[in-house]
Amino acid sequence: MSTSVTGIPQGTRAQLGVKTLRTDRWWLQPLVTFLALLAFVIYATWRAFENEYYFSEPLISPLYSPCLSTSCPEGATLFGWTPFGDWYLGGLAISPALFILIFPLGFRMTCYYYRKAYYRAFWQSPPACAVAEPHRKYTGETRFPLIIQNSHRYFFYMGLIFNVILTYDAIIAFRNAQGEWGHVSIGTLILVANATFLWLYSLSCHSCRNTFGGRLKHFSQHPVRYWMWSKISILNHSHMRYAWISLIIVAGTDFYVREVAAGAIPNLYLF
Amino acid sequence: MSYMAKFRLWRGDNGSGELTDYDVEVNEGEVVLDVLHRIQATQANDLAIRWNCKAGKCGSCSAEVNGRPRLMCLTRMNTFEEDEVVTVTPLRTFPVIRDLVTDVSFNYEKAREVPAFSPPEGLEPGDYRMQQVDVQRSQEFRKCIECFLCQNTCHAIRDHEENEKAFAGPRVLMRVAELDMHPLDTKDRREIAQDELGLGYCNITKCCTEVCPEHIQITDNALIPMKERVVDKKYDPITWLGSKIRTRSSSK
Amino acid sequence: MPTPERFSYDVVVIGAGGAGLRAAIAVREAGKSVAVLSKSLFGKAHTVMAEGGIAASMANVNPNDGWKVHFCDTMRGGKFLNHYRMAELHAQEAPQRVWELESWGALFDRTKDGKISQRNFGGHEYPRLAHVGDRTGLEMIRTLQQRVVALQQQDKAEFGDYEARIKVFAECSASDIFMSGDGDSRTVSGVLAYWRPSGQFITFDTSAVVIATGGIGKSFKVTSNSWEYTGDGHALAMLAGGSLVNMEFVQFHPTGMVWPPSVKGILVTESVRGDGGVLTNSEGRRFMFDYIPEVFKDKYATTEEEADRWYTDPDNNKRPPELLPRDEVARAINAEVKAGRGSPHGGVFLDVSKRLPADVIKAKLPSMWHQFKELADVDITLEPMEVGPTCHYVMGGVEVDPDTEAVAGVNGVFCAGEAAGGLHGSNRLGGNSLSDLLVFGKRAGDAAADFVEGRTPGAAPEAEIDAAVERWLAPFDVPAGENPYTIQHDLQQVMNDLVGIIRTESEMEEALRQIDALKERARHIKVEGGREYNPGWHMAIDLQKQLIVSECIARSALTRQESRGGHTRDDFPGMDPEWRKVNLICRLDGDSVKVTRQALPLMHEELASLFDTGELSKYMTREELTALGREVAQA
Repeated sequence: MSTSVTGIPQGTRAQLGVKTLRTDRWWLQPLVTFLALLAFVIYATWRAFENEYYFSEPLISPLYSPCLSTSCPEGATLFGWTPFGDWYLGGLAISPALFILIFPLGFRMTCYYYRKAYYRAFWQSPPACAVAEPHRKYTGETRFPLIIQNSHRYFFYMGLIFNVILTYDAIIAFRNAQGEWGHVSIGTLILVANATFLWLYSLSCHSCRNTFGGRLKHFSQHPVRYWMWSKISILNHSHMRYAWISLIIVAGTDFYVREVAAGAIPNLYLF
Repeated sequence: MSYMAKFRLWRGDNGSGELTDYDVEVNEGEVVLDVLHRIQATQANDLAIRWNCKAGKCGSCSAEVNGRPRLMCLTRMNTFEEDEVVTVTPLRTFPVIRDLVTDVSFNYEKAREVPAFSPPEGLEPGDYRMQQVDVQRSQEFRKCIECFLCQNTCHAIRDHEENEKAFAGPRVLMRVAELDMHPLDTKDRREIAQDELGLGYCNITKCCTEVCPEHIQITDNALIPMKERVVDKKYDPITWLGSKIRTRSSSK
Repeated sequence: MPTPERFSYDVVVIGAGGAGLRAAIAVREAGKSVAVLSKSLFGKAHTVMAEGGIAASMANVNPNDGWKVHFCDTMRGGKFLNHYRMAELHAQEAPQRVWELESWGALFDRTKDGKISQRNFGGHEYPRLAHVGDRTGLEMIRTLQQRVVALQQQDKAEFGDYEARIKVFAECSASDIFMSGDGDSRTVSGVLAYWRPSGQFITFDTSAVVIATGGIGKSFKVTSNSWEYTGDGHALAMLAGGSLVNMEFVQFHPTGMVWPPSVKGILVTESVRGDGGVLTNSEGRRFMFDYIPEVFKDKYATTEEEADRWYTDPDNNKRPPELLPRDEVARAINAEVKAGRGSPHGGVFLDVSKRLPADVIKAKLPSMWHQFKELADVDITLEPMEVGPTCHYVMGGVEVDPDTEAVAGVNGVFCAGEAAGGLHGSNRLGGNSLSDLLVFGKRAGDAAADFVEGRTPGAAPEAEIDAAVERWLAPFDVPAGENPYTIQHDLQQVMNDLVGIIRTESEMEEALRQIDALKERARHIKVEGGREYNPGWHMAIDLQKQLIVSECIARSALTRQESRGGHTRDDFPGMDPEWRKVNLICRLDGDSVKVTRQALPLMHEELASLFDTGELSKYMTREELTALGREVAQA
């Protein structure tokens, strides 16, 4: 409908002069998100560079798995596969975590949920609904660098490979320190929980939903993919929840392995 | 059961205006729109309000109540404390006509830029066959009552008037998703969505979904799937190749 | 005084609901230019409120359905006061109109084999209502809106201008229709309207107008209708020299919300009953079994067991009496409440919570669940609803030619939808209004396009434009006067209390006296503020039309001395076959309304043959039956 000269008086927007008229605690959620993500980033950065205490037979930290450097302990490598050798920077060995973390990090950075979370909490774009953002210009994800967010599905594919590896890590954790099968420790349970929630987080992903069925026009002609899409859609409702739970468990798992590896606590065996 | 409430309404036109205070009676079970009607009938005959059905079905009475974009007919008074000041202002993203009424023609102009439904050539009315599972995704989007609260709340235009040319807003992009998922539509709107309607401006911060009075999952079910479909077409070499091969083999 | 902005169109459609948009599409598809005047924003028309569905005998669910069955149901529902030809055209053309919506992008709910699903509804023998959950009206208005946009896109491609041949004037109300010429050649020459946002007047030069303004419900206090329903088109047609037919028939929908007070009147869709909801009184009794009228005795279940079986096996059981035509259910609820067996807030209980699982309720009745949750804080999956009658629809309306919808006696004015009378007789079946809008909207649009073929658009007479503008602006200039809100409120109270669901002679005489007084008060309205988006002023203009139409309703209701469909006389409780032959026609005579009687055309034998003699004799006189060649036993 075009604006008629006489039909609609030409006006401007209501000038209220304040950022928002919201009276509720709209700042609480972005603040909590900000603090929680920041805490994880600081912890993960420290741990990734620490290059120590990430393996204690049979437990390996998810931040260091797969361990692909020559310096990795024998049991921490994937069948002894060390394609990277050892890299040094200024005389210091580069932590093996740094070769691999780009993938889970990239998966989470480009994740549709985390994007919402950090655009709001860190970039304040917007801090909350109907609260003005501080920036003068906004181009969203239309251009570099944010157009790279469109690569999310590739990180999702890579993430699946990591999930397989971390599941393998959880399976081999059903051994004792002597390598005998059929034992379960607190560490086993933690690694299993870690793998489980990583799977839930990956499978509830929006790109996954598109890949397995979402992109179809006719569900009726693809009953199996429709079935998968329906199940993924149910998971997708809780994508945010899985994003947080898996993030916390990853950090927790690493911390547990670290404490065990550092000898601060024993890895208690249930049987 | 009734009490006197304090209301603060934005009154004015053409952008110049101010908040004006009213003391007004509120009765049990009332919504904000009822109270505004009482102010209109008894204290300010010329108070401009846009409304129609008063049942949450037409999407006319959109405004901002205590800073939150809402339908006034669905904002029950018992959600406020009795001594709370209720501030009602016009939608912030659209030019004010007068008082609480804004000029929403932006949304209609943008809607016109979405190429219409294109059924297959030669399919006669009456011969359409569609399965329920194939229509249900688009049906969710067709629940939209065009209250334009999502359009109003999306920061891409709310905070950046200059983006109005490049960005069509969630309601319009959801319409694109609706047609893209329509089982009998034959047109590909993915490039239009990205290049002309500005899907890339959406940073999925989900305020459209948060304010939708119909509880449509705009972000998760329309905008993100649409972004993924755009990736299929424009940014994913593998899917792109796959679709080329499939088109060739199915055209044999 | 500045001269109003001026446009010229082949056809001007007043109203942008289902009928108006369908008419405009027809005009544009015939290659003519058309302006659509919409009192609200584009796509907000009252049609969005329709919930249940569109009645059309597509026979997708029950293959026994067909237009003849639909025709018979419509006649029965209207107690044979319908114009048979309209009922015939409506039943025949409805399926095509629904299928057409689908080809414009509508997404109805589907059957297993991929066709449009159809649901049961009161008074319809078979599942017949094409629907989308319980938001069918929204689907319809959006589809038509998007069809208009599609046509605009075609024009943009062809002429470089979206609005080359079809333009929607949103928030633009028609205030006057101008006629020019003398005698039989007197024809429409223009329309005066005002932009609600700016308060500026605008003139349309045209030689054809389609009135599609909907109903009159805003003249009643408890109503499901929005503020727009002020009978504008009815009044405009009368002022142009047309007439209204059978305005006494006002449908009170049996189930409106009754609590809280602020939502009183808002509709609870009939699908609640079609999908298994039952009506109970304060004693827990399904009282509708006590109210099955003689004429319907053999069509409805008489025991709860049979009624319950019908939901799963409709072929071998009779339907529950909750699905009787609306007038019967509304009267029954009214009687239960009067007898002291009502719910706490003066209605009765409508319960689905005990009959369907919560997830089924939410899937089948999503917007009802939503509506009660949001507006009344009631969860209908857990507790019953409280419902009572609400003014919903007017069966009467502008008298038109059944085939072309041309307003009787006025060249160039057409009328369709709720504003037009005839199709529904004394009572409308649910679902028949949406199909009415489509069938007769298209017919009116086609006929208007035909009418203007070879004509140049008329020219609205300057002097009359100026006089009208001056008249509408007058309330700004009086120093002090009546508050329009108060007058409208008083009118609603009068109509509700004295011309409501049960009527008596003395009360209606009183109503007419009070309407006269209100007309006098309305001459002294004072409008506060300026012209920009001033609802008080808009109401002052609407009130002039409301008062004319309310007088028609009261005067016709006083004249018809029988009870039939949407007209119940306490002092004449029975249906009278002599009155069935009579249409009551309202015309303006100066400032007041005159009611005259006119014969209702008798249906031809071919249509009559669809009914058995036993049924016809419940409605018709001996002479009529004889004229139809029926053997009538001596009384």
